[in-house]
Amino acid sequence: MKWLERAWSGLLLGTMTLFVVNIGLMVAAVATNSFARRWLGTWLPEGYTANWYLAAWKEFQLGAVLWVTIEVVGAVVLLSILIGVPAAYVLARREFAGKKLVVLLFLLPLIIPPMTYGIPLATVMYQAHLAGTLGGVILANLIPAAPFVILVMTPFIEQIDTNLESAARVFGAGTGRMFLYVLGPLLAPGILAAGLLVLVRTIAMFELTFLTCGADSQTLVVALYYAVFAAGVRAPQSVDAMAIVYMAATLLWLLIALRFVNPTQLVSRVKEHPRPA
Amino acid sequence: MGTFILIVPAVIFMLLFFIYPFLYGLVLSFQPAQGDWLANYARFFADSHLWRTLNTTFNLALPVTIINVALALPIAFRMRHKSRHQRWVTTILVVPITLGTVLIAEGMLAYLGPKGWLSQALQFVHLYDGPIRLTHNYWGVLLSLVISGFPLAFLLILSYLTGIDPVLERAAATLGANSWNRFRHIYLPLLAPGLAITFCLAFVQAFSVFPSAVLVGAPAGSTRVISLAAYEAAFEQYDYPMASAVAMIMGLAQLAVVAAVLALRRGFYRGPVVGGKG
Repeated sequence: MKWLERAWSGLLLGTMTLFVVNIGLMVAAVATNSFARRWLGTWLPEGYTANWYLAAWKEFQLGAVLWVTIEVVGAVVLLSILIGVPAAYVLARREFAGKKLVVLLFLLPLIIPPMTYGIPLATVMYQAHLAGTLGGVILANLIPAAPFVILVMTPFIEQIDTNLESAARVFGAGTGRMFLYVLGPLLAPGILAAGLLVLVRTIAMFELTFLTCGADSQTLVVALYYAVFAAGVRAPQSVDAMAIVYMAATLLWLLIALRFVNPTQLVSRVKEHPRPA
Repeated sequence: MGTFILIVPAVIFMLLFFIYPFLYGLVLSFQPAQGDWLANYARFFADSHLWRTLNTTFNLALPVTIINVALALPIAFRMRHKSRHQRWVTTILVVPITLGTVLIAEGMLAYLGPKGWLSQALQFVHLYDGPIRLTHNYWGVLLSLVISGFPLAFLLILSYLTGIDPVLERAAATLGANSWNRFRHIYLPLLAPGLAITFCLAFVQAFSVFPSAVLVGAPAGSTRVISLAAYEAAFEQYDYPMASAVAMIMGLAQLAVVAAVLALRRGFYRGPVVGGKG
C-alpha cells in the first residue's frame, strides 16, 4: 500500500501547487497589466510604463482615498483596543451572572456576516444622519473589530499571573496605575498582535464600509470596487494600478503582522488549545 | 466591584450599534410601506425575482462550502505536524485572505478573461481552442468563493487538528494502524465538532457573497444572490422595511443551516481531545 500513500500525497501536493501557482499568476497578471503600455492578446505587453499609477492617482483621487483609509483604520485600531482590552480583562478575571450572555454578545458579530447586520445598521445610520460620514464608517468597522480584540486578548490575559496584580494592589495601586505600570507592559505583545490583525482586517473590510460610506468617506477597498464596477469607463490598466496599490498596502501590514503572530490567529480564535510548555 | 466597570463601554457599544440596529431592522421589517404586517415577507415569497435569490445563493454557497472543506481537510491533515515547512505553507495559503474579494475579482477578470494568460496557455498547447468562459457567470463566482474561502477553512481545520494530542495517534500507530485508519478512527471522530464549526463558518461566509457576485458574476441573472436583493431594496428603491425583511430572511436561512449542521454533529463522539494518564 506504499504506492497508494505516495500517490495520495503527490495528489495533495499537486492540488496545493496548482492553487498557489494560479493565484500567483492571477496577481502577476494584474501587476503586469498595471505597467503595460499596450497589451492585447500576447504573452507580454509591448512596452512598460509607470504612467498608469499617475493616472490612477489623479482619476481616482487616490491621495484623498488613502488618507481616509488611514484615518478609518487608525481610529478603528485605537478605539477597538481602548474598549476591547479592558473588557477582555474583566472576562478573563471575573465571574459574574450573565457572563455567558456577554460572551455571546461579543461572539455574534464574528459569526454573523457583515452583509446581514450591515443592512439594518445602515438603515439606522441613515436615520441618525451618521451614514456617509467618517464617524459612521469608523463606528461600523468597530462592530467586528472590538469583539475581535476581546476574543484575542481574553486568553492572553488569562495566562498572566494574578499575583502580579495582587502585589500592585498591596502597594496601593489603583486600577488605572495597575494597568499603566503592571499590566500594560505585560500585555504589550498581545495588544500589538491584536492591533495588527484588526488593521489587516479593517483594510480588507468591504461590506460595512460600502454600506455606510459616502462619496468622501470611501476607503481604498470600496474605491477599488467602484473602479472595477465601472470598468468600461476607465482604462483597465489604471484600475489594475489601483488594485496593486491596495494589495501593497495590505500585504505590507500582513508581513509585519506575521512577524508577531501565528497565521492561525488571523481567523477568529474559536477554541483554545493547550500550548506546549 | 471596581474593575467590573471596565467591561461596560464595550457592552454599551455592542448594544447600541449591533443589537439595537438588528432589533430595529426586525421591527421595521414588519412595518411595510403598504399592506399588513407580514406584507414584506409575503412579497418576498410571492415574487419570483426575489425568492429565486434564495435558491441562487444556496446553489452557490453549498457547493462552495463542500469543496472548501473537502479540499482543506486532507491538506491540513498533511500539515498537522509542527515544522518550518508548516509555517511557510500556512503563510502562503493565508495570503489570499488578505487579497480580499474585490482584488480576487479583478485578478480573475485579468487572468481568466478571454485574452488572459490561462486561455492563451490552453490555446498554446491546443488543449482547448474556444474562448473559456470562467467570468461573468456562475463559475466565476464559484471560483472566487473557493479562492477566498479555502484559506479560512484550511486555517480553522489546521488549528483544530493541532489541538488534538499526537500521543493518541502514536498509540494507534503502535497498534499497527496505517495512516488512513489513524485518520478514520482517531482524528475524524475528534475533529467532528471542529469540522462542523468550520463548515458553518465557511457556509455563512459564502452565503453572504456580495462583491464577487457583482464583479465576476452575472448580477442580473444566474448569480443574483440574496445580499444583492437586500442591497437593491435599500439603496436603489430606498425601501428600508423591505431591505430589512430580506436581511432577516438571509439571517434565518443561515441560522437554519447552522442549526442543521450542529444537530447532525450530535451523532458523533464528544469528549476530550487530549490523552491523559491512567
